[in-house]
Amino acid sequence: MDAYVNAFRTTLPTWFDENGIAGGSFGLEAAEEFAMPAFDVPACNNPVGFLKTITDESSEGYRIKIQHGTTTLAFSFKDGVIVAVDSRATAGGYIASQTVKKVIEINPYLLGTMAGGAADCQYWERDLGRRCRLYELKNKELISVAAASKLLANMVYPYKGMGLSMGTMITGWDKTGPNLFYVDSDGSRLKSNLFSVGSGSTFAYGVLDPGYDYELDVNAAIDLGRRSIYHATYRDAGSGGSVNVYHVKEGGWEFISCDDTSIPDLHICILPFKVYLDQSAPQLASCHKFELSLSIKELLRGRHAKQLILAAWPSLYQIVQGF
Amino acid sequence: MTSSYDRALTVFSPDGHLFQVEYALEAVRKGTCAVGVRGQDCVVLGVEKKSVLKLQDPRTVRKIVMLDDHICMAFAGLSADARVLVNKARIECQSYRLSVEDPVTVEYITRYIAGVQQKYTQSGGVRPFGISTLIIGFDPHDKTPKLYQTDPSGIYSAWKANAIGRSSKTVREFLEKNHKDDLSKEESIKLTVKSLLEVVQTGAKNIEITIMSAGNIIENLKVDEVDKIVKEIEEEKKEADKKKKPGTGASIQ
Repeated sequence: MDAYVNAFRTTLPTWFDENGIAGGSFGLEAAEEFAMPAFDVPACNNPVGFLKTITDESSEGYRIKIQHGTTTLAFSFKDGVIVAVDSRATAGGYIASQTVKKVIEINPYLLGTMAGGAADCQYWERDLGRRCRLYELKNKELISVAAASKLLANMVYPYKGMGLSMGTMITGWDKTGPNLFYVDSDGSRLKSNLFSVGSGSTFAYGVLDPGYDYELDVNAAIDLGRRSIYHATYRDAGSGGSVNVYHVKEGGWEFISCDDTSIPDLHICILPFKVYLDQSAPQLASCHKFELSLSIKELLRGRHAKQLILAAWPSLYQIVQGF
Repeated sequence: MTSSYDRALTVFSPDGHLFQVEYALEAVRKGTCAVGVRGQDCVVLGVEKKSVLKLQDPRTVRKIVMLDDHICMAFAGLSADARVLVNKARIECQSYRLSVEDPVTVEYITRYIAGVQQKYTQSGGVRPFGISTLIIGFDPHDKTPKLYQTDPSGIYSAWKANAIGRSSKTVREFLEKNHKDDLSKEESIKLTVKSLLEVVQTGAKNIEITIMSAGNIIENLKVDEVDKIVKEIEEEKKEADKKKKPGTGASIQ
């Protein structure tokens, strides 16, 4: 191995200039404060090239296999953010664990998800937690989600191309409301209402996209998140174990549930439809306590629930028509 | 005894003084006066303008500068040192915006400026900045006005009203007597002008006033507007004097 490394070694690269006063840090305090921790890179002329040969699957010198299989998702709606993840870790065809915690609790009001290399995600998100705490102490106020995700993106950007594998979602509720950002080791940082990351993300999107509505109520949203992960675990070999669901609210996050995916309860979705009746026919709901079950095909758009109910149960039509 | 300890910055004297820092404060005391007054919903900065020499372009001599859209600063002391410090602060404001996606809070940038000033009191081969600053502004998404002061030693603190520079002690005592909580905008402006008139004998043309209100609204009063306020103050003073004089009317029998 030494001979291999020596092939790349010439001189140590200097990554940081000496902070001389006369030279002046010229107002880079914020950049330094928010900058990455000094880290060892291979002591060679071209650390990126060296690391690429080791971690890139397609190269000859491929040595370090990163565990990638996972499904994680998060979406924001009127009552906060739902985060749902699976819990399987695979190394090639071998299932290393079915009980991995893929939601990283950065602090009581910030959550991060883990997809890609487990070690990378855990290390960098724990370091993010440290930086967030320092920010809180210095500025006497909680860090915003935008700032926290930016810190993480700036921390990993210098290692771009060196084989880090991390696709994470940073989410929380700060003074601008619920926020959700996607940050990955290629340096992307995106803001949106809905993300799914991992090898099973396409399957999760298939269930998540048709069911998503900003006006969902909390239980419906939790159920949507749970079902999306379940269906991803059903089809994706890299995802499985159990579904962990978190809900981010104004005062912080709350752990909702952990459900084993080998139990097919989640396959058939049963959803109490009382809530939809309350919104569309309040008089009806107050005098008749209905609880209806509809199969997943009929749950496609929550907004059309009233029409769907009326189509499926014509006898109701007579009563509801009056409202 | 003092002379042997005041040469190098990094040497304490036996009784615990850093003489270079104290001499820097002396330099500040030679600079033109600057006053800051915090009202209920606005904050006012007033500075004494040095008389512009005949051939000098007055627009290039500015004592009140913007650090960002929502932060304003006045200083007293060596103008060249101020220029360097202002540049550093401006870079820091933008750097913070880039990293955190939010504008700086007034306290943050004050802490930064004070930190820079302190750094220069603890290094070899440099001298402290010879300026004190008054920093005003509003935090993002906040309507409470803020006023902070820093000095060459690197100390910073928040104030309701303060003065730096020439005769700052007299002006500060005047402010202590006359400042009330929750001043309105007009009252804050008047108090600033009144306190500056204690120092500035030559009137409105040597006074510069800047008012900052919530929502990044910044007004720089023109000379005639300042003149009007000065005249109002003089009128009020005359009225007050007349009342104090023994009356020509009532007599005690």
